[in-house]
Amino acid sequence: MRIAVLSGKGGTGKTLVSVNLACAAEKAVYVDCDVEEPNGHLFLKPEITEKQSVTVTVPEMDMSKCTGCRKCVDFCKYNALALLKDKLMIFYEVCHSCGGCILFCPAKALSKKQREIGTIEAGLSDSVTVLTGCLNTGEVSGVPIIKGLMEKLPEQDTIVIDCPPGSACIVMESIREADYCVLVAEPTLFGSHNLAMVYDLVKLFNKPFGVVLNKCLPGDNPSEKFCKENKIAILAEIPYDEKLGTLNSKGLVAVRVSEQYREMFCKLLSKVAKEVL
Amino acid sequence: MIKLLILSGKGGTGKTTVASAFIELSKGQAFADCDVDAPNLHLVISQLSEPAKTDYYGFGKAAIDQEKCIRCGLCEENCNFGAIKEFSIGEFECEGCGVCVEICPVQAITMIDHVSGDMMLYKNDGRVFSTAQLKMGSGASGKLVTAVKQQLTQEAPDSELAIIDGSPGIGCPVIASISGVDFVLIVAEPTISGMHDMKRIIETSKHFGVSSAVCINKFDVNEDTANEIESYCNGLSVPVIGRIPYDGTVVKAVNRCQSIACYPDSPAGKAIASIWDNIYNNYLRG
Repeated sequence: MRIAVLSGKGGTGKTLVSVNLACAAEKAVYVDCDVEEPNGHLFLKPEITEKQSVTVTVPEMDMSKCTGCRKCVDFCKYNALALLKDKLMIFYEVCHSCGGCILFCPAKALSKKQREIGTIEAGLSDSVTVLTGCLNTGEVSGVPIIKGLMEKLPEQDTIVIDCPPGSACIVMESIREADYCVLVAEPTLFGSHNLAMVYDLVKLFNKPFGVVLNKCLPGDNPSEKFCKENKIAILAEIPYDEKLGTLNSKGLVAVRVSEQYREMFCKLLSKVAKEVL
Repeated sequence: MIKLLILSGKGGTGKTTVASAFIELSKGQAFADCDVDAPNLHLVISQLSEPAKTDYYGFGKAAIDQEKCIRCGLCEENCNFGAIKEFSIGEFECEGCGVCVEICPVQAITMIDHVSGDMMLYKNDGRVFSTAQLKMGSGASGKLVTAVKQQLTQEAPDSELAIIDGSPGIGCPVIASISGVDFVLIVAEPTISGMHDMKRIIETSKHFGVSSAVCINKFDVNEDTANEIESYCNGLSVPVIGRIPYDGTVVKAVNRCQSIACYPDSPAGKAIASIWDNIYNNYLRG
Protein backbone atom coordinates (compact mmCIF):
# COMPACT_ATOMS: atom_id res chain seq x y z
CA MET A 1 0.00 0.00 0.00
CA ARG A 2 1.48 3.32 -1.09
CA ILE A 3 0.11 6.39 0.68
CA ALA A 4 1.11 9.88 -0.46
CA VAL A 5 0.66 12.74 2.01
CA LEU A 6 0.32 16.17 0.47
CA SER A 7 -1.02 19.70 0.93
CA GLY A 8 -0.94 22.75 -1.29
CA LYS A 9 0.18 24.96 1.54
CA GLY A 10 3.41 24.44 3.43
CA GLY A 11 3.50 23.87 7.17
CA THR A 12 0.10 22.20 7.47
CA GLY A 13 1.53 19.03 8.99
CA LYS A 14 2.47 16.73 6.09
CA THR A 15 5.59 15.52 7.84
CA LEU A 16 3.76 15.11 11.16
CA VAL A 17 1.11 12.93 9.52
CA SER A 18 3.58 10.97 7.33
CA VAL A 19 6.04 10.19 10.10
CA ASN A 20 3.33 9.15 12.53
CA LEU A 21 1.53 7.02 9.96
CA ALA A 22 4.77 5.20 9.21
CA CYS A 23 5.45 4.67 12.92
CA ALA A 24 1.90 3.44 13.53
CA ALA A 25 2.43 0.61 11.03
CA GLU A 26 4.06 -2.62 12.11
CA LYS A 27 6.63 -2.30 9.37
CA ALA A 28 6.81 0.63 6.99
CA VAL A 29 8.89 2.63 4.59
CA TYR A 30 8.91 6.41 5.01
CA VAL A 31 9.96 8.29 1.88
CA ASP A 32 10.82 11.99 2.10
CA CYS A 33 10.09 13.53 -1.31
CA ASP A 34 10.23 17.08 0.02
CA VAL A 35 13.78 17.13 -1.27
CA GLU A 36 14.15 20.92 -0.99
CA GLU A 37 13.47 20.83 2.74
CA PRO A 38 13.44 17.22 3.94
CA ASN A 39 12.43 17.08 7.59
CA GLY A 40 11.27 13.53 8.32
CA HIS A 41 14.77 12.41 9.30
CA LEU A 42 14.80 15.01 12.09
CA PHE A 43 12.03 13.06 13.81
CA LEU A 44 12.87 9.50 12.82
CA LYS A 45 16.63 9.97 13.36
CA PRO A 46 17.46 6.90 11.25
CA GLU A 47 20.74 5.06 11.45
CA ILE A 48 22.08 5.63 7.93
CA THR A 49 22.92 2.42 6.13
CA GLU A 50 23.48 3.74 2.63
CA LYS A 51 24.13 7.08 0.96
CA GLN A 52 24.21 7.64 -2.74
CA SER A 53 24.76 10.64 -4.91
CA VAL A 54 22.07 11.64 -7.43
CA THR A 55 23.47 12.94 -10.66
CA VAL A 56 22.10 14.34 -13.89
CA THR A 57 23.64 14.15 -17.34
CA VAL A 58 24.94 17.49 -18.57
CA PRO A 59 27.16 18.51 -21.48
CA GLU A 60 30.91 18.81 -21.23
CA MET A 61 32.74 20.60 -23.98
CA ASP A 62 35.95 20.01 -25.80
CA MET A 63 36.99 23.54 -26.74
CA SER A 64 39.48 22.24 -29.31
CA LYS A 65 36.60 20.77 -31.32
CA CYS A 66 34.09 23.65 -30.98
CA THR A 67 33.73 25.61 -34.19
CA GLY A 68 31.51 28.30 -32.69
CA CYS A 69 28.62 27.40 -35.01
CA ARG A 70 25.99 28.21 -32.34
CA LYS A 71 23.89 25.14 -33.14
CA CYS A 72 23.70 24.17 -29.44
CA VAL A 73 23.06 27.75 -28.28
CA ASP A 74 20.19 28.18 -30.73
CA PHE A 75 18.76 24.76 -29.91
CA CYS A 76 18.69 25.01 -26.11
CA LYS A 77 15.24 26.16 -24.93
CA TYR A 78 16.51 26.77 -21.43
CA ASN A 79 19.32 29.21 -22.32
CA ALA A 80 21.83 26.92 -20.69
CA LEU A 81 24.47 27.62 -23.33
CA ALA A 82 25.87 30.90 -24.61
CA LEU A 83 28.63 31.85 -26.97
CA LEU A 84 30.62 34.79 -25.64
CA LYS A 85 33.49 36.03 -27.77
CA ASP A 86 33.75 32.65 -29.50
CA LYS A 87 33.89 30.90 -26.17
CA LEU A 88 31.09 28.50 -25.28
CA MET A 89 29.71 28.90 -21.76
CA ILE A 90 27.51 26.32 -20.06
CA PHE A 91 25.14 27.29 -17.23
CA TYR A 92 24.64 24.00 -15.47
CA GLU A 93 21.99 25.21 -13.01
CA VAL A 94 19.42 25.79 -15.76
CA CYS A 95 20.25 22.72 -17.89
CA HIS A 96 17.30 20.31 -18.10
CA SER A 97 19.44 17.38 -19.25
CA CYS A 98 17.54 16.91 -22.50
CA GLY A 99 20.77 15.95 -24.27
CA GLY A 100 19.93 17.94 -27.40
CA CYS A 101 23.17 19.93 -27.52
CA ILE A 102 25.25 16.76 -27.32
CA LEU A 103 23.10 14.99 -29.88
CA PHE A 104 23.09 17.76 -32.47
CA CYS A 105 26.60 19.27 -32.24
CA PRO A 106 27.94 18.87 -35.78
CA ALA A 107 31.55 18.88 -34.55
CA LYS A 108 30.93 16.38 -31.73
CA ALA A 109 32.48 18.89 -29.36
CA LEU A 110 30.04 18.11 -26.55
CA SER A 111 29.93 14.91 -24.56
CA LYS A 112 28.02 13.58 -21.53
CA LYS A 113 29.15 14.33 -18.02
CA GLN A 114 27.55 13.45 -14.68
CA ARG A 115 26.89 16.26 -12.23
CA GLU A 116 25.69 15.80 -8.64
CA ILE A 117 22.52 17.67 -7.67
CA GLY A 118 21.69 15.92 -4.43
CA THR A 119 21.70 12.72 -2.42
CA ILE A 120 19.51 9.83 -1.34
CA GLU A 121 20.05 8.34 2.11
CA ALA A 122 18.62 5.08 3.32
CA GLY A 123 18.40 4.24 6.99
CA LEU A 124 16.51 2.45 9.71
CA SER A 125 14.48 3.87 12.59
CA ASP A 126 13.12 0.94 14.65
CA SER A 127 10.81 -0.85 12.23
CA VAL A 128 10.65 2.05 9.77
CA THR A 129 12.92 2.14 6.74
CA VAL A 130 13.68 5.78 5.98
CA LEU A 131 14.49 7.03 2.49
CA THR A 132 15.46 10.70 2.33
CA GLY A 133 16.03 12.72 -0.80
CA CYS A 134 17.99 15.94 -0.40
CA LEU A 135 18.62 18.60 -3.04
CA ASN A 136 21.93 20.46 -2.81
CA THR A 137 21.46 24.18 -2.09
CA GLY A 138 21.65 26.35 -5.20
CA GLU A 139 20.17 23.58 -7.38
CA VAL A 140 16.93 24.22 -9.21
CA SER A 141 15.07 20.94 -9.65
CA GLY A 142 14.57 18.00 -7.33
CA VAL A 143 12.62 15.93 -9.87
CA PRO A 144 15.54 13.57 -10.67
CA ILE A 145 15.93 12.84 -6.93
CA ILE A 146 12.24 12.01 -6.59
CA LYS A 147 12.48 9.72 -9.60
CA GLY A 148 15.45 8.03 -7.91
CA LEU A 149 13.46 7.57 -4.70
CA MET A 150 10.53 6.03 -6.61
CA GLU A 151 12.83 3.43 -8.13
CA LYS A 152 13.80 2.31 -4.64
CA LEU A 153 10.30 1.59 -3.36
CA PRO A 154 9.76 -2.05 -2.42
CA GLU A 155 6.71 -3.86 -3.78
CA GLN A 156 5.21 -4.81 -0.43
CA ASP A 157 5.06 -3.05 2.91
CA THR A 158 3.25 0.07 3.92
CA ILE A 159 4.89 2.96 2.14
CA VAL A 160 4.30 6.54 3.22
CA ILE A 161 5.39 9.25 0.79
CA ASP A 162 5.91 12.70 2.32
CA CYS A 163 5.37 15.14 -0.57
CA PRO A 164 6.65 18.67 -1.16
CA PRO A 165 4.15 21.54 -0.81
CA GLY A 166 2.37 23.00 -3.83
CA SER A 167 0.96 21.33 -6.91
CA ALA A 168 3.77 21.72 -9.44
CA CYS A 169 5.82 19.08 -11.26
CA ILE A 170 7.64 17.86 -8.14
CA VAL A 171 4.35 17.04 -6.38
CA MET A 172 3.01 15.28 -9.44
CA GLU A 173 6.16 13.17 -9.56
CA SER A 174 5.74 12.29 -5.87
CA ILE A 175 2.13 11.05 -6.12
CA ARG A 176 2.56 9.19 -9.40
CA GLU A 177 3.13 5.81 -7.69
CA ALA A 178 0.61 6.29 -4.88
CA ASP A 179 -2.45 4.10 -4.33
CA TYR A 180 -4.04 6.65 -2.03
CA CYS A 181 -3.56 10.33 -1.22
CA VAL A 182 -3.98 11.91 2.19
CA LEU A 183 -4.51 15.68 1.95
CA VAL A 184 -3.56 17.62 5.08
CA ALA A 185 -5.27 20.96 5.63
CA GLU A 186 -5.22 23.59 8.35
CA PRO A 187 -8.26 25.56 9.50
CA THR A 188 -7.57 28.85 7.75
CA LEU A 189 -8.65 30.52 4.55
CA PHE A 190 -5.10 29.93 3.26
CA GLY A 191 -5.48 26.27 4.16
CA SER A 192 -8.78 25.80 2.32
CA HIS A 193 -7.60 27.80 -0.69
CA ASN A 194 -4.58 25.53 -1.11
CA LEU A 195 -6.57 22.40 -0.26
CA ALA A 196 -8.76 23.21 -3.28
CA MET A 197 -5.65 23.13 -5.47
CA VAL A 198 -4.42 19.70 -4.40
CA TYR A 199 -8.00 18.44 -4.54
CA ASP A 200 -7.97 19.31 -8.25
CA LEU A 201 -4.60 17.61 -8.64
CA VAL A 202 -5.62 14.27 -7.10
CA LYS A 203 -8.85 14.31 -9.07
CA LEU A 204 -6.91 14.93 -12.27
CA PHE A 205 -4.74 11.90 -11.54
CA ASN A 206 -7.69 9.80 -10.50
CA LYS A 207 -6.24 8.98 -7.11
CA PRO A 208 -8.54 7.94 -4.27
CA PHE A 209 -8.10 10.41 -1.43
CA GLY A 210 -9.29 11.73 1.92
CA VAL A 211 -8.54 14.73 4.11
CA VAL A 212 -6.91 15.06 7.52
CA LEU A 213 -7.78 18.33 9.24
CA ASN A 214 -4.87 19.49 11.37
CA LYS A 215 -4.53 22.13 14.11
CA CYS A 216 -8.30 22.17 14.62
CA LEU A 217 -9.58 24.87 16.96
CA PRO A 218 -13.13 25.53 18.10
CA GLY A 219 -14.86 27.94 15.73
CA ASP A 220 -14.77 28.36 11.96
CA ASN A 221 -12.84 25.86 9.89
CA PRO A 222 -12.80 26.90 6.22
CA SER A 223 -11.11 23.62 5.24
CA GLU A 224 -13.82 21.54 6.92
CA LYS A 225 -16.42 23.64 5.11
CA PHE A 226 -14.69 22.97 1.80
CA CYS A 227 -14.73 19.21 2.48
CA LYS A 228 -18.41 19.23 3.32
CA GLU A 229 -19.33 21.31 0.27
CA ASN A 230 -17.43 18.95 -2.01
CA LYS A 231 -18.42 15.76 -0.16
CA ILE A 232 -14.82 14.85 0.62
CA ALA A 233 -14.17 12.19 3.27
CA ILE A 234 -12.60 13.58 6.43
CA LEU A 235 -10.31 10.82 7.72
CA ALA A 236 -9.25 12.45 10.97
CA GLU A 237 -9.29 15.69 12.89
CA ILE A 238 -6.15 16.47 14.82
CA PRO A 239 -6.82 19.11 17.46
CA TYR A 240 -4.58 22.10 17.99
CA ASP A 241 -2.71 20.76 20.98
CA GLU A 242 0.14 22.56 22.66
CA LYS A 243 1.50 19.24 23.90
CA LEU A 244 1.71 17.96 20.32
CA GLY A 245 3.27 21.25 19.22
CA THR A 246 5.94 20.94 21.87
CA LEU A 247 6.68 17.28 21.01
CA ASN A 248 6.93 18.28 17.38
CA SER A 249 9.15 21.28 17.98
CA LYS A 250 11.55 18.99 19.87
CA GLY A 251 11.65 16.44 17.08
CA LEU A 252 9.82 13.66 18.94
CA VAL A 253 7.43 11.27 17.20
CA ALA A 254 4.01 11.56 18.86
CA VAL A 255 3.07 7.93 18.15
CA ARG A 256 6.20 6.75 19.95
CA VAL A 257 5.66 8.77 23.11
CA SER A 258 1.91 9.21 23.48
CA GLU A 259 -0.73 6.48 23.73
CA GLN A 260 -3.42 8.95 22.67
CA TYR A 261 -1.67 9.74 19.40
CA ARG A 262 -0.70 6.12 18.80
CA GLU A 263 -4.37 5.26 18.90
CA MET A 264 -5.30 8.17 16.62
CA PHE A 265 -2.77 7.31 13.91
CA CYS A 266 -3.41 3.54 14.08
CA LYS A 267 -7.05 4.34 13.45
CA LEU A 268 -6.15 6.62 10.55
CA LEU A 269 -3.87 3.98 9.05
CA SER A 270 -6.52 1.27 9.20
CA LYS A 271 -9.07 3.67 7.69
CA VAL A 272 -6.74 4.32 4.77
CA ALA A 273 -5.95 0.60 4.42
CA LYS A 274 -9.66 -0.15 4.12
CA GLU A 275 -10.03 2.51 1.43
CA VAL A 276 -7.16 1.06 -0.59
CA LEU A 277 -8.53 -2.50 -0.55
CA MET B 1 13.16 50.29 -6.73
CA ILE B 2 14.28 48.59 -3.53
CA LYS B 3 13.00 45.02 -3.49
CA LEU B 4 12.37 43.18 -0.23
CA LEU B 5 11.68 39.45 -0.54
CA ILE B 6 10.12 37.35 2.23
CA LEU B 7 11.24 33.71 2.37
CA SER B 8 11.29 30.89 4.89
CA GLY B 9 12.55 27.57 3.53
CA LYS B 10 9.89 25.69 5.47
CA GLY B 11 6.29 26.29 4.51
CA GLY B 12 3.68 27.70 6.85
CA THR B 13 6.02 29.72 9.04
CA GLY B 14 4.17 32.96 8.30
CA LYS B 15 5.62 34.51 5.11
CA THR B 16 2.27 35.78 3.87
CA THR B 17 1.25 36.98 7.34
CA VAL B 18 4.41 39.07 7.56
CA ALA B 19 4.31 40.24 3.92
CA SER B 20 0.66 41.34 4.08
CA ALA B 21 1.33 43.26 7.31
CA PHE B 22 4.36 45.01 5.78
CA ILE B 23 2.25 46.01 2.77
CA GLU B 24 -0.42 47.45 5.05
CA LEU B 25 2.10 49.21 7.34
CA SER B 26 4.19 50.69 4.53
CA LYS B 27 1.06 51.71 2.59
CA GLY B 28 2.89 49.76 -0.12
CA GLN B 29 2.32 50.85 -3.69
CA ALA B 30 4.06 47.91 -5.34
CA PHE B 31 3.93 44.29 -4.24
CA ALA B 32 3.97 40.79 -5.64
CA ASP B 33 3.22 37.20 -4.69
CA CYS B 34 5.87 34.91 -6.14
CA ASP B 35 4.45 31.77 -4.52
CA VAL B 36 2.93 30.90 -7.90
CA ASP B 37 2.41 27.32 -6.77
CA ALA B 38 0.05 28.29 -3.94
CA PRO B 39 -0.56 32.04 -3.98
CA ASN B 40 -2.43 33.36 -0.94
CA LEU B 41 -1.46 37.00 -0.56
CA HIS B 42 -4.48 38.22 -2.56
CA LEU B 43 -6.77 36.70 0.08
CA VAL B 44 -5.68 39.19 2.74
CA ILE B 45 -5.08 42.40 0.79
CA SER B 46 -7.85 44.88 1.43
CA GLN B 47 -9.90 46.55 -1.28
CA LEU B 48 -8.75 44.65 -4.32
CA SER B 49 -10.71 44.95 -7.51
CA GLU B 50 -10.84 42.21 -10.15
CA PRO B 51 -7.41 41.47 -11.61
CA ALA B 52 -6.50 41.71 -15.28
CA LYS B 53 -5.64 38.14 -16.30
CA THR B 54 -3.32 37.04 -19.09
CA ASP B 55 -2.23 33.61 -20.20
CA TYR B 56 1.39 32.79 -19.49
CA TYR B 57 3.17 30.67 -22.05
CA GLY B 58 6.08 28.73 -20.56
CA PHE B 59 7.88 26.00 -22.43
CA GLY B 60 6.06 24.54 -25.43
CA LYS B 61 4.81 20.96 -25.67
CA ALA B 62 5.58 18.67 -28.57
CA ALA B 63 2.80 17.18 -30.70
CA ILE B 64 3.04 14.36 -33.23
CA ASP B 65 1.18 14.53 -36.54
CA GLN B 66 -0.06 10.94 -36.73
CA GLU B 67 -0.49 11.10 -40.49
CA LYS B 68 3.12 12.03 -41.08
CA CYS B 69 4.56 9.72 -38.40
CA ILE B 70 6.35 6.67 -39.86
CA ARG B 71 6.60 4.87 -36.48
CA CYS B 72 10.40 4.79 -36.49
CA GLY B 73 10.66 5.28 -32.72
CA LEU B 74 13.63 7.68 -32.88
CA CYS B 75 11.77 10.29 -30.83
CA GLU B 76 10.93 7.90 -28.00
CA GLU B 77 14.48 6.57 -27.98
CA ASN B 78 15.99 10.05 -27.62
CA CYS B 79 13.51 11.65 -25.21
CA ASN B 80 15.28 11.98 -21.85
CA PHE B 81 12.02 12.72 -20.04
CA GLY B 82 10.22 9.51 -20.94
CA ALA B 83 7.47 11.67 -22.41
CA ILE B 84 6.86 9.69 -25.57
CA LYS B 85 5.04 6.38 -25.51
CA GLU B 86 3.27 4.61 -28.38
CA PHE B 87 3.98 7.60 -30.65
CA SER B 88 2.12 10.02 -28.48
CA ILE B 89 3.37 12.77 -26.14
CA GLY B 90 2.56 12.90 -22.44
CA GLU B 91 1.50 16.45 -21.60
CA PHE B 92 2.88 16.37 -18.07
CA GLU B 93 6.15 14.65 -18.90
CA CYS B 94 7.11 16.80 -21.89
CA GLU B 95 9.46 19.65 -20.92
CA GLY B 96 9.46 21.23 -24.35
CA CYS B 97 13.16 20.67 -25.12
CA GLY B 98 12.62 20.08 -28.84
CA VAL B 99 14.91 17.05 -29.24
CA CYS B 100 12.07 15.03 -30.84
CA VAL B 101 11.22 17.86 -33.24
CA GLU B 102 14.83 18.03 -34.40
CA ILE B 103 15.43 14.27 -34.63
CA CYS B 104 12.24 13.25 -36.46
CA PRO B 105 13.29 12.26 -40.00
CA VAL B 106 9.94 13.18 -41.54
CA GLN B 107 9.17 16.44 -39.64
CA ALA B 108 6.10 14.92 -38.04
CA ILE B 109 6.63 16.66 -34.69
CA THR B 110 6.04 20.33 -33.94
CA MET B 111 6.21 22.42 -30.80
CA ILE B 112 2.87 23.83 -29.66
CA ASP B 113 2.56 26.86 -27.36
CA HIS B 114 1.35 25.83 -23.95
CA VAL B 115 -0.28 27.91 -21.23
CA SER B 116 1.53 27.08 -18.01
CA GLY B 117 -0.12 29.65 -15.78
CA ASP B 118 -2.35 32.69 -15.31
CA MET B 119 -0.66 36.03 -14.81
CA MET B 120 -2.68 38.44 -12.70
CA LEU B 121 -2.35 42.18 -12.28
CA TYR B 122 -4.34 44.20 -9.75
CA LYS B 123 -4.31 47.98 -10.00
CA ASN B 124 -6.19 50.05 -7.44
CA ASP B 125 -5.70 53.70 -6.51
CA GLY B 126 -2.14 53.71 -7.75
CA ARG B 127 -1.31 50.41 -6.03
CA VAL B 128 0.14 47.67 -8.22
CA PHE B 129 -0.04 44.02 -7.20
CA SER B 130 1.47 41.40 -9.48
CA THR B 131 0.87 37.68 -9.01
CA ALA B 132 0.22 34.46 -10.90
CA GLN B 133 -1.14 30.96 -10.52
CA LEU B 134 0.82 28.08 -11.98
CA LYS B 135 -1.17 25.49 -13.87
CA MET B 136 -1.32 22.19 -12.07
CA GLY B 137 1.60 19.86 -12.53
CA SER B 138 3.50 22.45 -14.53
CA GLY B 139 7.28 22.66 -14.49
CA ALA B 140 7.66 26.31 -15.43
CA SER B 141 7.41 27.85 -11.94
CA GLY B 142 10.79 29.62 -12.15
CA LYS B 143 9.95 31.27 -15.45
CA LEU B 144 6.55 32.32 -14.15
CA VAL B 145 8.11 33.90 -11.05
CA THR B 146 10.46 35.91 -13.27
CA ALA B 147 7.46 37.09 -15.29
CA VAL B 148 5.61 38.16 -12.10
CA LYS B 149 8.58 40.30 -11.07
CA GLN B 150 8.93 41.78 -14.55
CA GLN B 151 5.24 42.67 -14.57
CA LEU B 152 5.68 44.46 -11.24
CA THR B 153 8.65 46.58 -12.36
CA GLN B 154 6.98 47.41 -15.65
CA GLU B 155 3.71 48.47 -14.06
CA ALA B 156 5.14 50.35 -11.09
CA PRO B 157 8.38 51.86 -12.45
CA ASP B 158 8.33 54.85 -10.08
CA SER B 159 7.69 52.99 -6.86
CA GLU B 160 10.57 53.24 -4.42
CA LEU B 161 9.84 50.03 -2.62
CA ALA B 162 8.50 46.63 -3.59
CA ILE B 163 7.46 43.93 -1.12
CA ILE B 164 7.55 40.42 -2.52
CA ASP B 165 6.06 37.32 -0.89
CA GLY B 166 8.08 34.22 -1.79
CA SER B 167 7.49 30.50 -1.89
CA PRO B 168 8.67 27.71 0.40
CA GLY B 169 11.63 25.51 -0.45
CA ILE B 170 15.00 26.33 -1.99
CA GLY B 171 14.41 25.24 -5.60
CA CYS B 172 13.46 26.87 -8.86
CA PRO B 173 10.72 29.35 -7.85
CA VAL B 174 12.77 30.48 -4.84
CA ILE B 175 15.96 30.91 -6.86
CA ALA B 176 14.04 32.84 -9.54
CA SER B 177 12.54 35.08 -6.86
CA ILE B 178 15.93 35.84 -5.23
CA SER B 179 17.50 37.04 -8.45
CA GLY B 180 17.62 40.85 -8.50
CA VAL B 181 16.20 41.55 -5.03
CA ASP B 182 18.01 43.80 -2.55
CA PHE B 183 17.21 42.11 0.72
CA VAL B 184 15.71 38.87 2.00
CA LEU B 185 13.77 38.59 5.25
CA ILE B 186 13.54 35.00 6.44
CA VAL B 187 10.59 34.04 8.63
CA ALA B 188 11.74 31.18 10.84
CA GLU B 189 9.83 29.16 13.39
CA PRO B 190 11.37 27.67 16.51
CA THR B 191 10.94 24.00 15.70
CA ILE B 192 13.53 21.45 14.76
CA SER B 193 12.23 21.53 11.15
CA GLY B 194 12.01 25.32 11.08
CA MET B 195 15.63 25.65 12.17
CA HIS B 196 16.88 23.01 9.72
CA ASP B 197 15.10 24.68 6.79
CA MET B 198 16.17 28.17 7.82
CA LYS B 199 19.81 27.09 7.59
CA ARG B 200 19.27 25.92 4.01
CA ILE B 201 17.53 29.12 2.92
CA ILE B 202 20.24 31.31 4.51
CA GLU B 203 22.78 29.26 2.57
CA THR B 204 20.76 29.66 -0.63
CA SER B 205 20.48 33.45 -0.39
CA LYS B 206 24.20 33.64 0.41
CA HIS B 207 24.89 31.48 -2.65
CA PHE B 208 23.18 34.11 -4.80
CA GLY B 209 24.85 37.02 -3.02
CA VAL B 210 21.80 38.61 -1.35
CA SER B 211 21.94 39.75 2.30
CA SER B 212 19.34 38.43 4.64
CA ALA B 213 17.93 38.93 8.12
CA VAL B 214 15.76 36.61 10.22
CA CYS B 215 12.64 37.12 12.30
CA ILE B 216 11.32 34.34 14.53
CA ASN B 217 7.59 33.71 14.35
CA LYS B 218 5.69 31.97 17.18
CA PHE B 219 8.93 32.22 19.18
CA ASP B 220 7.18 31.28 22.43
CA VAL B 221 6.21 27.83 21.10
CA ASN B 222 9.75 26.80 22.02
CA GLU B 223 11.96 29.50 23.48
CA ASP B 224 14.97 27.23 23.75
CA THR B 225 14.93 26.61 20.01
CA ALA B 226 14.29 30.33 19.39
CA ASN B 227 17.47 31.07 21.35
CA GLU B 228 19.32 28.42 19.38
CA ILE B 229 18.20 30.05 16.13
CA GLU B 230 19.42 33.38 17.40
CA SER B 231 22.86 32.13 18.34
CA TYR B 232 23.18 30.22 15.06
CA CYS B 233 22.39 33.43 13.15
CA ASN B 234 24.78 35.45 15.31
CA GLY B 235 27.52 33.01 14.36
CA LEU B 236 26.87 33.70 10.69
CA SER B 237 26.44 37.45 11.22
CA VAL B 238 22.87 37.22 9.96
CA PRO B 239 20.90 39.71 12.09
CA VAL B 240 17.83 38.50 13.99
CA ILE B 241 15.57 41.53 13.84
CA GLY B 242 12.60 40.50 15.89
CA ARG B 243 10.41 37.89 17.56
CA ILE B 244 6.69 37.45 17.02
CA PRO B 245 4.63 35.68 19.70
CA TYR B 246 2.03 33.00 18.97
CA ASP B 247 -1.25 34.88 18.74
CA GLY B 248 -4.70 33.50 17.91
CA THR B 249 -5.55 36.86 16.33
CA VAL B 250 -3.44 35.86 13.30
CA VAL B 251 -5.79 33.00 12.37
CA LYS B 252 -8.81 35.17 13.14
CA ALA B 253 -7.52 37.92 10.83
CA VAL B 254 -6.77 35.51 7.97
CA ASN B 255 -10.22 33.96 8.21
CA ARG B 256 -11.69 37.45 7.92
CA CYS B 257 -9.54 38.15 4.84
CA GLN B 258 -7.53 40.72 6.77
CA SER B 259 -3.90 41.39 7.50
CA ILE B 260 -2.75 41.15 11.11
CA ALA B 261 -1.75 44.82 10.75
CA CYS B 262 -5.48 45.60 10.95
CA TYR B 263 -5.18 44.55 14.62
CA PRO B 264 -2.42 46.93 15.78
CA ASP B 265 -3.01 46.19 19.47
CA SER B 266 -2.71 42.42 19.14
CA PRO B 267 0.61 40.94 20.38
CA ALA B 268 1.57 39.70 16.90
CA GLY B 269 0.43 42.94 15.26
CA LYS B 270 2.63 44.98 17.62
CA ALA B 271 5.65 42.74 17.10
CA ILE B 272 5.40 42.83 13.31
CA ALA B 273 5.02 46.63 13.34
CA SER B 274 8.25 46.99 15.26
CA ILE B 275 10.01 44.55 12.90
CA TRP B 276 8.81 46.66 9.97
CA ASP B 277 10.21 49.85 11.55
CA ASN B 278 13.49 48.09 12.17
CA ILE B 279 13.86 46.65 8.68
CA TYR B 280 12.72 49.83 6.94
CA ASN B 281 14.95 52.19 8.90
CA ASN B 282 18.02 50.02 9.16
CA TYR B 283 18.13 47.88 6.02
CA LEU B 284 15.99 49.37 3.25
CA ARG B 285 16.27 53.13 3.53
CA GLY B 286 19.25 54.77 1.91
